Amino acid sequence: MSEIKWPYANEFGQEEHVEADVLVLGGGIAGCFAALSAARRGEKVVVVEKGATIRSGSAGTGFDHWESACTNPCSQVTSKEIAEAYVDEQDHLSNGIAHYICCEEGWDRLLDLEEIGGKIRDTEDEFKGADFRDDETKLMFAYDYKNKFSLRVWGKTFKPALLKELKRLGVKIYDYTEATALLTAEVEGKKRGVGAIGMDTHTGKIKIFHSKSTILTMSRPARIWLFNADLPGLCEFRPFNSIGSGHAMGYRAGMEFTMMEKSVRAEFSAAGSSFPPYSAGNNHNTWYACTMVDSRGVEIPYLDRDGNELKTVKERYMPVKGQKFFLKGGVIDEPKYEYRGPETVPFDELMKRGYKLPFYADMSRMPKMERDVIWGMMIGNEGKTAIPVLDYYNKRGFDPAKKAMQVYGTGWTSASFSDDERQLFGAPGGIMHDWDLKTNIDGIYAAGDQLFGSDCAGFAAATGYYAGRKASKYADEIELTPYDRKQVDDEIERLYAPMYVEEGYSWKELNWAIAKCMRNYCGAIKNEALLVQGLDLLNSYKKDIVPKLSCHNTHELVRTHEVLDILQVAEMILEACRMRKSSSKTLCFTRSDYPEMDPAEDHHFITIRQENGVPVRGDVELDYFGDLKTEYEKHNQDYINGGKK
Amino acid sequence: MKKMNEIKVSVVPCSANPIIFDETKCIGCNTCARTCHCDVLLPSTKKGQHPIVAWPGECWYCGACVLQCPVEGAIHLEHPLMNRTKFVDAIPEPKDAE
Repeated sequence: MSEIKWPYANEFGQEEHVEADVLVLGGGIAGCFAALSAARRGEKVVVVEKGATIRSGSAGTGFDHWESACTNPCSQVTSKEIAEAYVDEQDHLSNGIAHYICCEEGWDRLLDLEEIGGKIRDTEDEFKGADFRDDETKLMFAYDYKNKFSLRVWGKTFKPALLKELKRLGVKIYDYTEATALLTAEVEGKKRGVGAIGMDTHTGKIKIFHSKSTILTMSRPARIWLFNADLPGLCEFRPFNSIGSGHAMGYRAGMEFTMMEKSVRAEFSAAGSSFPPYSAGNNHNTWYACTMVDSRGVEIPYLDRDGNELKTVKERYMPVKGQKFFLKGGVIDEPKYEYRGPETVPFDELMKRGYKLPFYADMSRMPKMERDVIWGMMIGNEGKTAIPVLDYYNKRGFDPAKKAMQVYGTGWTSASFSDDERQLFGAPGGIMHDWDLKTNIDGIYAAGDQLFGSDCAGFAAATGYYAGRKASKYADEIELTPYDRKQVDDEIERLYAPMYVEEGYSWKELNWAIAKCMRNYCGAIKNEALLVQGLDLLNSYKKDIVPKLSCHNTHELVRTHEVLDILQVAEMILEACRMRKSSSKTLCFTRSDYPEMDPAEDHHFITIRQENGVPVRGDVELDYFGDLKTEYEKHNQDYINGGKK
Repeated sequence: MKKMNEIKVSVVPCSANPIIFDETKCIGCNTCARTCHCDVLLPSTKKGQHPIVAWPGECWYCGACVLQCPVEGAIHLEHPLMNRTKFVDAIPEPKDAE
């Protein structure tokens, strides 16, 4: 392929110094809300975003569900009920703090969005009279129509509105800037975050962000087990460039993580193993509770939790008699009986009963409002659906009143992965934190998908805003702490190194090798020998291959550092897997050398952090966060008493 | 002293063609290049011309470029052939259904 002209300036070797009270790393939903919160408190706020804030992040092009907004005016449940249900559902290996924040403050964030131009109500009365709509408030609900705690929202409108508001408030946004390392200092024997180093992804200029407090909102790791060198952009569910840099830089700085041993069999990607998210027929999440048929046109029954067949579409959205509420949503897979909602007959049972593949999602048999809300509102506002699904399939002639969309794979997964192809999904591990969403490093906070046990976009918004106000309070109490120039110089050397290698390995070759290593040594079945061999192989890459990585422009350099972060995270995962010496159903974690499932002595959080290059284990009891309502109220009197703005 | 590589770039082809510009509609404003958070586009250095899809394999098919484009129809997002979900005419309920 012939060479093209590089359109950006060459600013390698140049530096820019930026000072902030509150520094936010990552400009997705969590990062934008963190910045909004801090800016409203009068802080000088800087956001660093690798892409372009207007549409970046997992929810950049939208989202359709706002889960667990328990304080909305129509809600029939309390934050305590739902947050505690989530914790119980995940056998207490769950982020109670963040779930409670999500339940208690999510509705406030929706009101923020409405105030700045986001759409949260059916103001045009398109769905007037529908079972899922409250005609007084014009709010629309999903899943449990009786209890009304998960909303259907027009998330496509949110990111541009947030960006506009942040600019109005004077937040300084550095788009196309990759944060690569945290700056830390020792203050009275304790580590403190004092900023971060970044690089302009177009020009190579180094940016030194010197701050009083820092918030990590850089999503979760990806491309650890899954990689495709031809279509790398499609090998994971979250944005191609969201690969866990925040985890990698945190680990390098001594940050503490938990549940990093948890991974699930891959469910989402599209590089051959599945289809564009939300495009294939199914009856979960965005498509809940679509009517499903087999290839003969025979309808697949929905059952209540006791196996009774449901007769009407409306019943699919109601708890059964004697059940207060049911749980559905992003991280709810096969819930416990207490929280189990309506579901279609299990796949194996359908096969036994003679149902014929392929299956289809058939909205033509649904009431018009239910059909139109799935295809047109939910598909249209969920991330990556407005253009790639709604617009694309409409133009190809899909009409939900007349056509049926095929289901792929077994059951409703629409994907075919082996057990060794894994992902960090279903409330995976992440940063350990306290009730301030503070990490173990003073001055550094975290929100959204970087937290352990993270959930949906509402979770990102609520925890982002919360971290923003806690980080602001910290910034108000301290002076800017000097940073160590050596940390900057070392990082510049690390960053630029591949630009000095004329010929060598590409980021793709290394990413592919890491992914294969992880499938072979950290797949479905783990044991000590496998994990040690995996670490040995990764170490050989670090020693022999990393110095030979070669780049000829900043784009390649950014991709290369992403893979170095993937390498760092893969190492952390292997070490975390070695620490848990038993198997765990909750954590989807199987060790052949320690087959006992969830023994009482191990049923707690194991944490991992790095100290002088050595992984250090910690043990934290379940429910370390205490009684959720009591502790939340204790830590948030300012917010409760008029501090919502 | 070590010498840094000279900056050079070529289109990195892949087996799909995710972003297709309609040259008759594109006004060359480069909004899409400033929107793409995977940074797969290079802004055109020639005034009025559409950006170059330099790294098509890195597209994650979010459609942000199309959403932010000021001209309807100037950019078309196309899924790889293998990823085009199949749909059929709705199948009538059989008369002898269980």
